[in-house]
Amino acid sequence: MGFEITKESYAGSIKGITIGKGDNTLTVGGQTSYPFYQFEGDMPNKPVIAMEIWDITPEDWPEAALAPFKDVVSDTAAWAKKCVEEYGAQAIVLQLKSTDPNDKDASADDAAATVKNVLAAINVPLIIWGCAVPAKDEEVLKKISEVCEGENLIIGPVEEKNHKGIGAAAMGYGHTIISSSPIDVNLAKQVNILLENLGMSLDKVIVDPTTGGLGYGLEYSYSVMERLTQAAMTQGDDKLQNPMINNLGNEVWKCKEAKQTVADAPELGDPERRAILMEAVGAVSYLLAGSSILIMRHPESIKLAKSFIDLISD
Amino acid sequence: MALTGIQIFKLLPKTNCKECGVPTCLAFAMNLASGKAELDSCPYVSDEAKEQLAEASAPPIRPVALGKGVRKTTTGGETVLYRHEKTFFNPTILAATVSSDIDAAELDKTLKIYNAFQYERVGLNLRPELLVVKDAGNGAEAFATVAGKIAKESEFNLVLMTQDIDVMKAGVETAGFKRPLLYAATADNADEMGALAKDNDLPLAVKADSVEALQPLTEKLTGMGLKDLVLDPGSREIKQALEDQVAIRRAALKASNKALGFPTITFPCEMASNLDMETLIAGMMVAKYGGIVVMSDFTSESLFPLLLERLNIYTDPQRPMTVTEGIFEIGNPDENSPVLVTTNFALTYFIVSGEIEASKVPAWLLIKDSEGLSVLTAWAAGKFGGDDVGMFVKKSGIMDKVKHTELIIPGYAAAIAGDIEEELPGWTITVGPREAAHLPAFLKSK
Ligand code: B12
Ligand code: SF4
Repeated sequence: MGFEITKESYAGSIKGITIGKGDNTLTVGGQTSYPFYQFEGDMPNKPVIAMEIWDITPEDWPEAALAPFKDVVSDTAAWAKKCVEEYGAQAIVLQLKSTDPNDKDASADDAAATVKNVLAAINVPLIIWGCAVPAKDEEVLKKISEVCEGENLIIGPVEEKNHKGIGAAAMGYGHTIISSSPIDVNLAKQVNILLENLGMSLDKVIVDPTTGGLGYGLEYSYSVMERLTQAAMTQGDDKLQNPMINNLGNEVWKCKEAKQTVADAPELGDPERRAILMEAVGAVSYLLAGSSILIMRHPESIKLAKSFIDLISD
Repeated sequence: MALTGIQIFKLLPKTNCKECGVPTCLAFAMNLASGKAELDSCPYVSDEAKEQLAEASAPPIRPVALGKGVRKTTTGGETVLYRHEKTFFNPTILAATVSSDIDAAELDKTLKIYNAFQYERVGLNLRPELLVVKDAGNGAEAFATVAGKIAKESEFNLVLMTQDIDVMKAGVETAGFKRPLLYAATADNADEMGALAKDNDLPLAVKADSVEALQPLTEKLTGMGLKDLVLDPGSREIKQALEDQVAIRRAALKASNKALGFPTITFPCEMASNLDMETLIAGMMVAKYGGIVVMSDFTSESLFPLLLERLNIYTDPQRPMTVTEGIFEIGNPDENSPVLVTTNFALTYFIVSGEIEASKVPAWLLIKDSEGLSVLTAWAAGKFGGDDVGMFVKKSGIMDKVKHTELIIPGYAAAIAGDIEEELPGWTITVGPREAAHLPAFLKSK
């Protein structure tokens, strides 16, 4: 009459992938159970929260998001440094907003120079997120790979359209790739297979399943991540056993309710706390869906998400 | 779990009398198993067989109805572990706690504040449903007064929380008409609490120190004839709480464990020392199987994110929320008012129409059927191309309503402007802003 929990039978696990270089490395993934289901497997590496910085002064961030970084938003390297030194960032994500051809269209050389500055300012792994225009990302990320040879940057998003150029550069100069696809298990697998065909080892690949904001498509991302995790772990699909990354801060903070002021929406209460909790609740959802690297913005939401990770892991 | 046709066949009279409308008992059994027939069609099944069949066809997790009035809800009734396998049906119920030693004026104030926590989104009213009245040890009368006041004067439904059977009885007397959940039967008081719940036909929560310890309790209570139970495995530490939620859900769905086939109640308010952490833990419970989530308090900043998460997680993944194709009038537009077009994804429609409304500029909003996809998704999927948008505008009848020839399209759909122009000769296609939030400024400046 005793009770035994019905256990999942796993046929595979998520790869442990080391990001960063030298003394400044972190290992992500490596779990042998569904996210935090430690009663039937191990989660040797806690999910990591990477802090995002932009290479331009953000113009549309709400006051709450801008406030902690006011003194550094116009100096990318100083911004990165502040995240690490003051807020204890485990990793930095540099969002290359300047390179968007529909906007400032900064050159690959300029972007590469910024990356070098940021690298010099921090001692944690550096993730480079392009503007999501495939051709431009290919040009920019190739250049960055070259000038940062051996740094083991994590670069992306890499899609079917630009996987050849960026894949080759990443292999040639020793970087890790973010393989990206729009909320679809088959497409996610397809990009990984293409990268493998190119000669890229899947041990150097993090998967970006595409992230929807809280209240703005989160449910689609959440389910595709559960499906990817199931494919990897219960079906043992070795093309999908990669840790996942979610560009969360960027999605949450651009949605309307994260931006509304007290005058816009008195019924939603304090704009700062509201948006912080929107980001943190979004983080919890993505963690439970299997995220290994969460890209987040506000130091307070990050603190909350980290305590959650600690409490549920230990 | 459901029986197979053969298992059902064994319970039938096997006389092949054909009165059920099919030639044989076996054929009838097969139809029953696949849901194509009703048991009542056979006049000859024994009562015993009926009972066995009813039990076997009962849902693996019992749906438990809670409360009365506009905030009446149901918890439980889930059939899958992952929402993509079908859908989650009954959204996690959100509750806050009120102590029985609250004074009347303070309670009035609290109810007023809590009542204001309602948010219109995608055509739905998002709001919490429950208040837990927690016995502060200040007597049955105080408890009954607070519970009665909430029951009568507010829309909120209730959980009555006390270990003291006399206090519970007093609460049931004043608030029982609103079908509160009684919290909780334990190993010590199961007989009395069970009887009280049974006599008043009320749902009953069951609390034990572990998932294992819940089983004999629920078996005892169902043996007493109770059906509407809610489970609390007692864990107040996050890691264990997650394990317990998974254990209970899997036991019901994968191991056909009837003793655990009930929804759960969880207490983030007892797992954290501040409301922010409570909110994150509640977020975990919304995703991972919490039936009822009890918080210490509601604030709009903590509630709103949870309501959004709940909306997302409990949306049917097989059916995006849509609105119907057609012409929507916003603020009494006339023949000179601007014409805008977007897709029929409910989220897109409500965001865009909300912004147009906020601009106070009367306008015509054309909704094109795009199978419930957002602008970029629809465009990428070929459901919002230049030709079909142009064709749709032509057929929509908008040309009889306006004198001008300008169409405003979403900024993200800029690429289709040329094709629409071709389809609509003489029309000017204006590319609007990318984000709907910039629509008011855009419309006002026109
Ligand atoms: C959720 C999602 C899905 C869901 C569908 C959700 C849905 N119901 O639409 C699913 C998983 C099904 C999906 C599928 C696909 N998706 Co998708 N998806 C997304 C995601 C994450 C969010 C979309 C969303 O819901 N946005 C919210 C709504 C409200 O936005 P919206 O409709 O655009 O409205 C805004 C504005 O456009 C504006 N607006 C709207 N109307 C109007 C009107 C006027 C006049 C004006 C001025 C403004 C305006 O206001 C709104 C708020 O600002 C995005 C990426 C992202 N983070 O944005 C990708 C994305 C849209 N998807 C993409 C793709 C490619 C696809 C697929 C084609 C992939 C594939 N090959 O299978 C499929 C196609 C679908 C199909 N074949 O059935 C790409 C599109 C790339 C491109 N530029 O072409 C995106 C951008 C992801 C990416 N970066 O690759 N997707
Ligand atoms: S009515 Fe009942 S007994 Fe008669 S054939 Fe149908 S199932 Fe068999």
